Amino acid sequence: MLEVRGLVTGYGGVPILRGLSLDVAEGEVIAVLGANGVGKTTLNRAISGLNHVMSGVIRFEGEAISGLSPPEIVARGLIHVPEGRKIFPNMSVRENLELGSYRRGKGNRTRNLERIFTIFPRLLERTDQFAGTLSGGEQQMLAIGRGLMAEPKLLILDEPSLGLSPLLVEELFALIARIASEGLAVMLVEQNVVQSLELASRAYVLEHGAIAMQGLAADLKRDPELEKTYLGL
Amino acid sequence: MLKLDIFLSALANGLMTGAVYALIALGLTLVYGVLHIINFAHGAMLTAAMFAVFICHAWLGIDPYLAVFILTPLFFGLGYAIQRLVISPASHGDDSNILLVTLGLSIIIENGLLMGFRSDTRSIDVPYGFSVIEIGNLFLSTPKVIAFVAAFVVAGLLGLLLVRTDTGKAIRAVAKERTGAALSGIDVEHIYAVTFGIGAACLAIAACLLMPTFLVNPRAGNAFVLVAFTIVVLGGMGSIGGALIGGLIIGVVESLSGLYFGESLGQIGIFLIFILVLLFRPTGLFGAKA
Repeated sequence: MLEVRGLVTGYGGVPILRGLSLDVAEGEVIAVLGANGVGKTTLNRAISGLNHVMSGVIRFEGEAISGLSPPEIVARGLIHVPEGRKIFPNMSVRENLELGSYRRGKGNRTRNLERIFTIFPRLLERTDQFAGTLSGGEQQMLAIGRGLMAEPKLLILDEPSLGLSPLLVEELFALIARIASEGLAVMLVEQNVVQSLELASRAYVLEHGAIAMQGLAADLKRDPELEKTYLGL
Repeated sequence: MLKLDIFLSALANGLMTGAVYALIALGLTLVYGVLHIINFAHGAMLTAAMFAVFICHAWLGIDPYLAVFILTPLFFGLGYAIQRLVISPASHGDDSNILLVTLGLSIIIENGLLMGFRSDTRSIDVPYGFSVIEIGNLFLSTPKVIAFVAAFVVAGLLGLLLVRTDTGKAIRAVAKERTGAALSGIDVEHIYAVTFGIGAACLAIAACLLMPTFLVNPRAGNAFVLVAFTIVVLGGMGSIGGALIGGLIIGVVESLSGLYFGESLGQIGIFLIFILVLLFRPTGLFGAKA
């Protein structure tokens, strides 16, 4: 479904990712793991069209999407829920969700809204509240809900657990598992290794702009190298 | 002590002029709120719109109140094109460049008008230009009453657009969160251009409402926009409601200080308010904290 081949991208002509390749198959949940600053967010930004692709190719459902604008990529059903949530603080929860279907899934807006309120009942209690006044966990739910409003084929979640309490992280991962169980492909980009490996079937470990390890989540969990790579021990 | 009638009529006049000020400030504040730039070409664009009304009337025989239906979409399109084809490509995404580009645009427009129309002052002659509506002892100029009502209708429609439509919601979304908007499938460049277009359309409407009672020369817009800047600061940068209330306040202040200090000193009150706002409430009446 998503194919990244030899991706080189960065900021201001300086490459951060140096020839990265990865795949996500239909209905699959994969995890991309790595410490701060290894290029996880840069990878997401390149896939969703925010960053310029210097070389390599990104294909979605067989077609090259590198070079398309973010709205064009959204229109194809590749939805990126960004790090730091990037919700609209000056607008109500309902308006935030409605804008999720600005380009895609507009016809099913009412039905999808209901669906999102059943997944995230907390958002239903806050429909008319400004999104900026929500707690961190609620804002993350809103960001994911906004992404789901576009009826994604592939959902990229960039550090959904960032800044949340362990209890909330638990709750959030359970919700992500529930969304994924409905057949949606998810690319989970995380620092939270243990929980991500429980959720994903496969995982990539990113280090210094390249993939250091990859494999089945179950195998990686038991791999002593992971601890070493990840924690730099 | 002046008689109550005179005071009331000055008050009413101030409110009516203020409503048109508000309309001009509306475009300025909307562009600031969404694009985060001060559009220095706002005054020149207003002058251009006033000349367009003049041309419609003097050369084509179209009444200003009819011309509004032609000029509003025309100026929306012009504004859209200017943002999309001139300001955005020339600024390379740098806000300080945008300032210079709009400043350059204003110089080009103003001098283009000077070249085409000389520095003569022109006006249009409409049959209802001096007609009045009588309420008790108050005589209100009909074109000004129309302008007052129309300005509120436009502000209301703009409010509805921003709250009810997807495009309006996208405008508000882009104002606060560009990345989040792009990742929701909103074409940010398109929304910028739409916003700039709306600002230009507000000017076209204001020009149609002004021309039956005002004069135009190639610098006519500047006086209005100077006042509009004050309104935007008073109301709070980027606040639509603030622009409306601020416009009315400034209109009344100008009218009353004209009454008490003499006509030529009318604008002193405006700039006193401007300084006081900057000193004591720099975010304006309805402005968010910076």
